[in-house]
Amino acid sequence: MAMMTYLDAARAALAEEMRRDPTVWAVGEDLGRGGVFSQYRGLVEEFGPERISDAPISEAAILGAAVGAAMMGTRPVVEMRFSDFALCAVDELVNQAAKARYMFGGQTRVPLVVREPMGMWRSSAAQHSQSLEAWYAHIPGLVVVCPSTPADNKALLKAAIRSDDPVVYLEHKHLWPLEGEVPDGDHVLPFGQAAIVTPGSDLTIVSWSAQVHVCADAVATLARQGVKAELIDLRTLWPWDKETVLASAARTGRLLIVHEAVQAGGFGAEIAATAAEHITARIRRLGAPRAPIGYAPPLEDAVRVQAPAIVAAALGLVNGRQLG
Amino acid sequence: MPIPNLDLSRLRDQHRMMWRIRALEEAALRGLDEKIVLGAIHPSIGQEAVAVGVVGNLRRDDILLSTHRGHGHTLAKGANPDAMLCELFGRIGGNCGGKGGSMHIADFSVGMLGANGVVGANIVIAAGAAHAIKLKREDRVVCCIFGDGAINRGPFLEGLNWAQVFGLPVLFVCEDNGFAATTRTATMTAGGGPSVRARAMGLMAEEVDGNDILAVDSMARRLVAEIRAGGGPRFLHAHTYRLTGHTGADPATYRPAAEVAAARALEPIARTAAVLAEAGLSADDLAADRAAAEQEMLTAFLAARAAPFPDPAVAFTDVQDAGAPSLEHV
Repeated sequence: MAMMTYLDAARAALAEEMRRDPTVWAVGEDLGRGGVFSQYRGLVEEFGPERISDAPISEAAILGAAVGAAMMGTRPVVEMRFSDFALCAVDELVNQAAKARYMFGGQTRVPLVVREPMGMWRSSAAQHSQSLEAWYAHIPGLVVVCPSTPADNKALLKAAIRSDDPVVYLEHKHLWPLEGEVPDGDHVLPFGQAAIVTPGSDLTIVSWSAQVHVCADAVATLARQGVKAELIDLRTLWPWDKETVLASAARTGRLLIVHEAVQAGGFGAEIAATAAEHITARIRRLGAPRAPIGYAPPLEDAVRVQAPAIVAAALGLVNGRQLG
Repeated sequence: MPIPNLDLSRLRDQHRMMWRIRALEEAALRGLDEKIVLGAIHPSIGQEAVAVGVVGNLRRDDILLSTHRGHGHTLAKGANPDAMLCELFGRIGGNCGGKGGSMHIADFSVGMLGANGVVGANIVIAAGAAHAIKLKREDRVVCCIFGDGAINRGPFLEGLNWAQVFGLPVLFVCEDNGFAATTRTATMTAGGGPSVRARAMGLMAEEVDGNDILAVDSMARRLVAEIRAGGGPRFLHAHTYRLTGHTGADPATYRPAAEVAAARALEPIARTAAVLAEAGLSADDLAADRAAAEQEMLTAFLAARAAPFPDPAVAFTDVQDAGAPSLEHV
């Protein structure tokens, strides 16, 4: 085990995969100077400018070129800088990368990773703060990954690079400096395996990405009030670990899904609906209001899902059950 | 007057290939009439010299990316017409197993990395395929064919810039048939057109009469050789004319009959036949090329029409490895 930041864990994962497999290369704006968040710091020195490649500010070309390069037997890791900017390359991701294997009848694979730093990051406003993971989960062909810890960011990025599917890899910008223990060696996680962060028996809370940490604060508060919440970090949204979530919620009888993304049409709705179809439980979801993210801190915080709201929602589920 | 240094055997092969493309597309249109083709068909009738003249200069291991109007390019790259018609009819035996149809036809075994249903989308993918070739230090060439409508899409700028910046082995071919769907492209395009835009990004660009097989062939041969020698990307603007509507269902009444008649007089197969006749080929030989192509495609048509549809379970294969769908979700 080594202590490492979320950012450095991903950097180590990419470096290890590039050493292991000469067909892996990374391309995106500013990578030659380490990338906008320094996620690629030092890599061009080791791997050279062909494998840690700069790119013009051409999101469609970055992603579209990755599709062509992936179909030709390389494994591109694409940096989109901010997940919001990846919207300039939706055709390349949704119509091309996600569908090439299927519509060409299995003649090809598109083994690429699209790294999209996501989420609220103080005063970044409406075009640099979004959490759009549910959009990608809706698209057949894509894998969607939302790591919340340094260990997972290393193990899941390695899995993403080794995957023959196109992977949308959503790292949360707020988590870059988060430190945590990362297993030594070649540790790779399978997709679709959730983590039980805290075991509990009174209710199940499901979350992912940075919101897991806000939920952990809420779980601690709930514990002080005698409520034992089980916190599940989904880790990957597609595939998602239905078995773990449904088993936990069936056992506790209460399911709360929490995400930073807008609640309406969020992935919480998919989990809630699946649970409603399969188990008997009281279900609630908690996401952001359907409003853009503002610049001024009070505006930003107004759409942020914070621990007190999670505690209140959890207590509502628990008390409602008692009343029922 | 006979053309000096004419490679008669090569031109005869090109004549045969153009007839094969024409006959394949007429078989596809018959499929549309018989309601065997259920989706859209975008014929390239009248544009065959671009497909044959350009693609004929590629090696089998070179890469081709095409458009929604890509039957001719695909056949010229070496795809099997039996499989192509099965694909158009959505049958077992199709290149894509019935999952793609006309607009997603592909044959990776001959380096044909796909038609594309999105105008201009293939340009950035082609740049990436060439990027991989450069990374792997191979001497293959990528050929990316798109229409005149594509030059107004963002990926045209992004993809050409990318190829030039990275010095990639791509031949961009703008197959200019004058129409972006049903709109005259010139009425919606500013500036000097495809070649001017390409040159503005530093690419060497050439223009050619796309209905003159000899001109297309010699120009493409030179450009492909320059690219393969490491010269970076090249751009070819080929002028042609779409003798049909945008789709098989489009009567194209927005074009004056006189314009179409004038274009028909310049269509490439008859022009090629005239050159061959001038060089001494008999009318019987010329007719035999057409008859052989039509017989080949009739046989392919009948076989494809008789082929079975895929099993519905195939709808759930080749989606993805992780989180793949299954019939339980229906």
